[in-house]
Amino acid sequence: MTRRSRNSLPALLIAAAATAILVGPAEAGGTLTIGMTAGDLPPTTGNPDQGFEGYRFVGYNLYDSLALWDLSESEKAADIKPGLATSWHIDEGDAKRWIFELRRGVKWHDGCDFTADDVLWNMRYSADEKAPEFNPAQFAQARPYLGTYVGIEKVDDHTVAFQTKVPDALFPYEISYLLMISPCRAKEVKYDWTQYALRPSGTGPYKFDKTVAHQRLEFVANADYWDKTRVPKQDRLVLIPMPEASTRTAALLAGEVNWIEAPSPDALDRLKSAGMRIVTNIYPHNWSYQLNFVQGAFADKRIRQAANYALNRVEMKELLNGLMLEEYATVPPTAAYYGSPVLYKYDPDKAKALLKEAGCLPCKVKFAISTSGSGQMQPLPMNELVKSQLDAAGFDVSLDTMDWNALLKVGREGVADHLDINAINISRQTQDPFNALIRHVWTGAWAPKGSNWGHYSSPDVDKLVEGILSEFDGDKRLALLTKLNELMNEEAVLLFVAHDLNPRALSPKVQGFIQAQSWFQDLTRVSVAQ
Amino acid sequence: MTFYIARRMLYAIPIAFGVSLVCFSLVYLAPGDPLQTVMPPDATAETIAIVKHAYGFDKPIPIQYLMWLGHVLTGDLGMSISTRRPVIREVIDALSNTALLATFAVPLAFSLGYTMGAIAGCLPGRWLDRLVTGTAVIGVSLPNYWLGIVLVVVFAVELAALPATGMGPTGSANFHILDWSCAKYLVLPVMTLAMIPIGILSRTTRAAVAEVRNQDFVLTLRAKGLSEWAVIRHVLKNSLPQVMAVMGLQFGYLLGGSILVETVFTWPGSGFLLSKAIINRDVPVLQGTILSLSLIFVATNLIVDLLQSMVDPRIRRT
Repeated sequence: MTRRSRNSLPALLIAAAATAILVGPAEAGGTLTIGMTAGDLPPTTGNPDQGFEGYRFVGYNLYDSLALWDLSESEKAADIKPGLATSWHIDEGDAKRWIFELRRGVKWHDGCDFTADDVLWNMRYSADEKAPEFNPAQFAQARPYLGTYVGIEKVDDHTVAFQTKVPDALFPYEISYLLMISPCRAKEVKYDWTQYALRPSGTGPYKFDKTVAHQRLEFVANADYWDKTRVPKQDRLVLIPMPEASTRTAALLAGEVNWIEAPSPDALDRLKSAGMRIVTNIYPHNWSYQLNFVQGAFADKRIRQAANYALNRVEMKELLNGLMLEEYATVPPTAAYYGSPVLYKYDPDKAKALLKEAGCLPCKVKFAISTSGSGQMQPLPMNELVKSQLDAAGFDVSLDTMDWNALLKVGREGVADHLDINAINISRQTQDPFNALIRHVWTGAWAPKGSNWGHYSSPDVDKLVEGILSEFDGDKRLALLTKLNELMNEEAVLLFVAHDLNPRALSPKVQGFIQAQSWFQDLTRVSVAQ
Repeated sequence: MTFYIARRMLYAIPIAFGVSLVCFSLVYLAPGDPLQTVMPPDATAETIAIVKHAYGFDKPIPIQYLMWLGHVLTGDLGMSISTRRPVIREVIDALSNTALLATFAVPLAFSLGYTMGAIAGCLPGRWLDRLVTGTAVIGVSLPNYWLGIVLVVVFAVELAALPATGMGPTGSANFHILDWSCAKYLVLPVMTLAMIPIGILSRTTRAAVAEVRNQDFVLTLRAKGLSEWAVIRHVLKNSLPQVMAVMGLQFGYLLGGSILVETVFTWPGSGFLLSKAIINRDVPVLQGTILSLSLIFVATNLIVDLLQSMVDPRIRRT
């Protein structure tokens, strides 16, 4: 060491210490590697498949919608907030015209500016069969959220107006599911969606980096994201499809991933003993049965109530190692429109009395169930337990077990083609008022046109629904929604069983995650210790 | 011999055609919708009709079959509904990953199974025979799904000696077999995949060798004063056609991948591709994969038949 360097050593140490003090503790950054339950990688061309897991990990990370979901809190049910639109309001002179003010200064990942023309292009991409940019895969995923959409017009470069078939106060919720992709990139690849999937461009907090088909999808943080509070704290996000629960558990324990979705209940103790953190929260999911109101036992309200009284949900919770919340209404109690519904607490004597009064003892019913499926939790043991509980109260339940795809077909076709089935067990998302309440009971949503599978119909309910859809005052609409939820319970329109708790297991290195009461989650605040 | 080969290859053509017809029809007989992948559970009848039209699933099934067959004959297996990638690309990628497993599982299973079976067959009733037979029964009886999980728990989770899943940090894109950081991902799936063929082959070989040993010509060989080694050589050669038939089937099984093994290890091979295509009702991928695997089976059987006829000329004459 020379004399000069010896002299400069203290100065260097001081400078290093000062830098450390000024900069503070180093950002953890790191790579977040997630083992998804999905059987395959969700597509990156807009609205993804693989259920809401596709939206959670791919859709809302690469892309934004005009209205986004506020996922910053764990204590209350998530609601929508401004996204690519800064505000929206109904046209004062036309109750079927929604005006959205668009966010200025937003850029696509490819560098183009986000404008009103892009929103119009995205609506043609999603809904106009005759447009050159129309993509049937996008249409299939987006269509269920565009039930009342008729058209769109550009008001100016930063304002668009949507036209709906009927007054639709819930339209902003529907539009929150429509993800916006870059027309610039789409034109660059000449509308070749296979190429676009390999070079996607959105406005979201993550940018696409690379993928290996079926194996892994890698995103990097978008440092220029327009919402500076949501610039990702981790450097890289890696998504790996792992449909098998035991494989996900092993991968987490072996350190190959640091986050897994839906660990199986019997693996929880092993994961905890290895220092993993199990995170759960209520979220808008229901595991229930939609009932046949056209023919058979459940056309009688007393029998629907009897079935609900016959269910011992505490026992069901024990079966699932505590990973559920007892379901007494379509939505969990934290929903803003929960109100004070009739709660059908376990009362087998009351169930028997109701069946006797209805003259249906033993009461033969047939349930269509699946062996697996998105959001279906543990369908076989859960259905067996439901059957044993109902049988003990005077029912005679037969289970018609089919694969998930076949059950979905039964669900889509509706009760008219399956009159011999008394109930179907398809788990549903209840994220927004339409999907939580209206679609189950509105005559306008009878399957196959909508998802009112059992063709429930009531003039009072339909009038209430029309009131909700045409009520643009938030507080007044909330009161109507609360009334509908209470009415649905009074009518026992579903056989309520369980709300899933959305369990996931995290490595102790994963920091900063807040589990929102939503199907979607904000990964941007997560960092991974090195 | 040339006539025999030509005749066997001609037989393969109607078999391949039959396979294409069966695999096309099977996926339509199964309940559910071929467009389930791209449609959410609450898709309406109107949405389904529009999407079916866009994907060409609204045409009558015989027309769809003929169109599909026409494309297949030109090497075009269509596009995957879920990934919009060409099916031929999907199948080739998956088959090459499975072939990687088979490259190691086949020699392991065949050499171990054949050696164990031959030893047991030559020493019937001895302790070594009992040991081999017992081991073979265990190999055949253990569900490979369960065995895979146990191996993962022991070697990946508890001992942290081998990786649990996948093909490494970059997936199959940069997999180098000579690089241990990649090759170690093969160890557990290969062991799991080889277990059942080891059991089956050792049992078959034992039975074949024991049967040949009891034939009159063996007595003649011994009477002629041949050494025991020379007799065993004759016995093994004569038992080979029977063993080769089973090897052919097992080769097809290993090359076809195992849905369960590849699912446990998330190994992106043909079995994993097939399972995803079944779950998603990705009809073009399902048809393309089944057709490719079936043709591999047909080709394997053809090769085995030819090899058998070379080893045992009596087969040619029948």
